[in-house]
Amino acid sequence: MLAVSRELLARIHRDGEEAYPEEGAGFLIGNEGSVVEIFPLPNAREDTARHNRYLITPEDYLKAELTADRLGLSLIGVFHSHPDHPNRPSEFDRDWAQPFFSYIITSVNKGKAIESRSWLLKEDRSEFLEEKIQIK
Amino acid sequence: MSTLKIPTPLRSYTNGQAEVTVNGGDVASAMTSLIREYPALKPHLYSEQGELRAFVNLFLGENNIKDLQGLETPLRENDRLILIPSIAGG
Repeated sequence: MLAVSRELLARIHRDGEEAYPEEGAGFLIGNEGSVVEIFPLPNAREDTARHNRYLITPEDYLKAELTADRLGLSLIGVFHSHPDHPNRPSEFDRDWAQPFFSYIITSVNKGKAIESRSWLLKEDRSEFLEEKIQIK
Repeated sequence: MSTLKIPTPLRSYTNGQAEVTVNGGDVASAMTSLIREYPALKPHLYSEQGELRAFVNLFLGENNIKDLQGLETPLRENDRLILIPSIAGG
């Protein structure tokens, strides 16, 4: 289970809407299955791919990790949006996923964020399993 | 002996350690030493074909080893490697 406040979930939705029709993404910062802060980042994919792909560079990863350290917290996952697509992970998501990270995916239809679901990669990397989002 | 910084999501496989020591005269040997010590890391760093996964970036100091000599980049005593994943999806 992943605990997220209503306010942070609203910010994740807003990030997806602002990025539309491209994918928006960022880190979830927190501890023990609870999101305390989010860290939106620019989508570093080339222009032509940003509608269905996102990329966070190693440099931006380090920035987020330093921010988490400063807050006495950890990077616990990633959020990203699926413009005009369901909020289920793709094969590409699985190939690039990190174990133990929560992956919140928000479906954004015609510019409006509809719903978020959270997913965890199985340790054998074979599939994602859904984890319930608890609004705190 | 060099040190290797482990990113947060992989620390469960290094007993929670953020930094581990690795042995070897180059980056490839250091990675082999890492996997020998922490074999559960292997599927997350290497593909089934035995190649480093696309999201794995290794920095020696501030330099990506891709800009140096790749896996053949020599390591000196007390060098510090940093493993940083590119985060991507679609």
